[in-house]
Amino acid sequence: MQVLDRKLLRDLWRLWAQSLAIGLVLACGVAILVVMYGAERSLSETQETFYERNRFADIFASATRVPNDVLGEITAIPGVSQAETRISQHAILDIDGLEEPAMGRLLSLPEFGEPRLNVPTLTLGRWPDRDKPYEVVVNENFFAANDFALGEGFDVTLNGRKQPVTIVGTVLSPEFIYTIGPGALMPDDVRFGIIWMNNQTLAGTFRLQGAFNDLTVKTALGADQEEILDRVEDILAPYGGTGPYLREFQTSHSFIAAELESLRTMARVLPPLFFVISAFLVGMVLGRLIALEREQIGLFKAVGYSNAAISWHYVKLAIGIGTFGILLGWGVGAWGGHGLSAVYAQYFHFPYLIYISGWDTFIISGLAGIATVVIGAVRPVLRTTRLSPAVAMSPPAPTRYREGWIDWIGRVLRVRQPTMMIIRSITRWPIRAGLTAFGIAMAAATMVSSLFMFDAMDELVETAFFQANRQEATLSFIIPQGLEVTADVENLPGVMRAEGMRTVAARLTHGHLSRLSAIEGRLPGQDLSRVLDAESDEVVFPEDGIVLSNRLSGHLDAQVGDVITVEILEGQRGTYEIPVTGVITQYFGLGAYMDIGALSAMLQQSALVNSVHFALDEGQISELYTAVKAAPNVAGMVLWTQIRKAFYDTIAESSGISTTVYAIVASLIVIGVVYNSARIQLSERGRELASLRILGFTKAEVSYILLGELIFLTLVAIPMGWFLGRTMAFGIVTSFSSDLYSIPLIISQNTYAMTALVVLGASVGSALLVRRRINRLDLIAVMKTRE
Amino acid sequence: MPQPVFQTKGVTKVYDTGEIKVFALRGVDLKIYESELTVLLGASGSGKSTLLNILGGLDTVTEGSVFFKEQELSNMSERALTAYRRDHVGFVFQFYNLVPSLTAKENVALVTEISRNPMRPEEALELVGLSKRMGHFPAEMSGGEQQRVAIARAIAKRPEVLLCDEPTGALDSKTGVQVLEALDDINTELGTSTTVITHNAAIQNMAHRVIFFADGQINEVKENATRQKPSEIVW
Repeated sequence: MQVLDRKLLRDLWRLWAQSLAIGLVLACGVAILVVMYGAERSLSETQETFYERNRFADIFASATRVPNDVLGEITAIPGVSQAETRISQHAILDIDGLEEPAMGRLLSLPEFGEPRLNVPTLTLGRWPDRDKPYEVVVNENFFAANDFALGEGFDVTLNGRKQPVTIVGTVLSPEFIYTIGPGALMPDDVRFGIIWMNNQTLAGTFRLQGAFNDLTVKTALGADQEEILDRVEDILAPYGGTGPYLREFQTSHSFIAAELESLRTMARVLPPLFFVISAFLVGMVLGRLIALEREQIGLFKAVGYSNAAISWHYVKLAIGIGTFGILLGWGVGAWGGHGLSAVYAQYFHFPYLIYISGWDTFIISGLAGIATVVIGAVRPVLRTTRLSPAVAMSPPAPTRYREGWIDWIGRVLRVRQPTMMIIRSITRWPIRAGLTAFGIAMAAATMVSSLFMFDAMDELVETAFFQANRQEATLSFIIPQGLEVTADVENLPGVMRAEGMRTVAARLTHGHLSRLSAIEGRLPGQDLSRVLDAESDEVVFPEDGIVLSNRLSGHLDAQVGDVITVEILEGQRGTYEIPVTGVITQYFGLGAYMDIGALSAMLQQSALVNSVHFALDEGQISELYTAVKAAPNVAGMVLWTQIRKAFYDTIAESSGISTTVYAIVASLIVIGVVYNSARIQLSERGRELASLRILGFTKAEVSYILLGELIFLTLVAIPMGWFLGRTMAFGIVTSFSSDLYSIPLIISQNTYAMTALVVLGASVGSALLVRRRINRLDLIAVMKTRE
Repeated sequence: MPQPVFQTKGVTKVYDTGEIKVFALRGVDLKIYESELTVLLGASGSGKSTLLNILGGLDTVTEGSVFFKEQELSNMSERALTAYRRDHVGFVFQFYNLVPSLTAKENVALVTEISRNPMRPEEALELVGLSKRMGHFPAEMSGGEQQRVAIARAIAKRPEVLLCDEPTGALDSKTGVQVLEALDDINTELGTSTTVITHNAAIQNMAHRVIFFADGQINEVKENATRQKPSEIVW
């Protein structure tokens, strides 16, 4: 081993604490890169493979009743490679041991052979026997959540009649990787299941012999999907088609897509942040080391080492510092990747998980880590090359201080000299102080921009569950009912108040922009499910006009006063021009609202409702459940109390862990910045501080001079971090907004306070670590040595 | 009869590195009196710095006892030693050790702010002939001027003793003499007991008493019947 390399190893050994502090920050960047890219690639690879092997459809459509021979017309559309018809219906389920009614989506299996599109993978048992009309297979997660065993079963309310069915198998389908019931906001595998059964059974029950009501289409590679979509719509229109849609609007798919997008955003945004801070820290530490080793560098040059050799020596030192961080990041990343996959397995149901730990992710993150430390090393290393041997061997010129306006203020305020030393140190090296404060601010920003999610969730829950939707439950019907059904619901046991609502499938168009949506017809003066504006006041619907949610308004570029085209996609159909009379802020879905009277008048129908929201007396809930389980025509019941609870459970579960993780990450950054700054300051000013100790300054007084500056910078950095964090949160809110939901930019005082507390705590902690060294200053050496 | 400010009895200092024991002081008995200007003379390694460090409360004895007036330094806690240095001792270092980010006046104020009965910084600087350089930073002053600021800083709290470690060691003869003059003036005007350690034999002639050090022991104590003025000293 060359002598310079031996020096390198000893330097690294000596710098272990500072290297560790930098390594931890770098490790965060590397780990996030590994985890996020790993998860993103694993998830998207698994999804694509599953889609491809199980032939996930490209176009989905539903209608009321389409004769089977129409399928020929569909397959004849150019670009359609395959189409499959089926019967799809929602129904109430009565499960033993589950008091409340569950909801099922019934799907027919082909009369002959196995499904050709959206092929469910059988994970347990077998397919239903064709001769056994009430054998079913169910989605695996529903089966597991209810602790079913093969051969067990439950009751399905088919046309008002309770029909026991027997589970003979479980499946996983590319259509239901993320399984969420209609009207629900969270997956609930206990109360929502997908049930596949023989076509004949469903056709018989729902009077669809020789007909279908659901269609999925696979298009050929390169086919014009929009064109096919239009043709399918035209073909299905006479049969009550409600507007076909592309895969990107399919529920399960769009949830996965949103998750993938957020992973990509995180992988793009977060690691660079940690890399920048690491590079800054490396530059800081190496800069100081090189300043201390001036004379050695001069000596190396004097005895004939080239600039390149010396530069390489220090670059290697930087790489040495980075290596630890990269290795740690890899370790944490691999571990975290598996952890995240496990989390995904909880929400996304794949028959297998292709985990791509990807050696290339490790190489890329490793190279990024090396690049980070090398870039950080550039400036101090360049300085070594500029040192001439002679100059390098004499001490550096003393730092020049000058008085400025701050000194004048200091004098007027009669600040004591130790404080003056702090002020001068900051004003003499404003860039260094600024960067230190910036580094600390980034830590605070990381925390604010992560924790705000929980504030946003709180706001979301508050508006969605406590202001807009105050009902305890919602019943939905298979076909629209007259307004009097509301009174029928009110007569059910335990129902205290009921409000009907009409939902109509429609396509909204403004200019060249159009969107499939559902128009909700609302009764005025509702108390349970309300449409609220930004001020939480109930929106009053005018006789003629439509109110759009903010994101739908954005998609259509339609503002208040614009006239949009509304194409009703069910019943008699028809196209109408309606002015937009309001735009309201909503976090879930793409809602469009009209007065129920105006909607009915437009449709030339008497007022009908297809769902009823109601308030409950919990005391009679069992009786209600029993009544609902037996009710005809009911497609499902959503229990808002359950949704609220599930939401809170999920938030509570993840918020504790996440808050801890983010607090640790922020602390690591703060420690990296503050500990290194303090160590460097100590090495630069150790002699000065030791002299003060000799002059009779106490340890606390001397510590104040060194650490006071850092604590001051921390205090300045915290509001900076708040601001930066808010800006980052804004970016996150913008990039996370999807058709499914958007996140409000709400940051609570708690988040700000928590951030300040953690950052200040980590800062004080790092300062105390360095204070131990101040206490151990060698006073005698100072008496004799020259700096 | 002047009272002793320092009195040591059988002071021994051993640096134990584990493998070897180095005897820096081997039973030193010594008295230093009020208002006296003492020069401790010896080659490097003779133990004079160790003794000064012990007198200044920076180091502890291995054996023996050290008294500052009635107080025994040799069994004080670290905290008490800090208070002792703060209240009673003025230090002058070979390399000045001024705070580079503070002006001359502020360097002096650094000490006066934490003292019980200090003089004004201006006054202290005037005593060392630097009243015109008060607003300058150390980097803007010569070595001799910096050392005089250090003296002003040391005496501004009106210490009972002034301990000077090679105060002219980093200076040429001419500026060194200016520094010695400042020390002599302080000793005369304020009556501060001043102890100067040096290996520069020329300085001994300005002292009331010269203590010769070698091998960790006092070799000889000499009283100067007539003292030389600093301006007459040349090296």
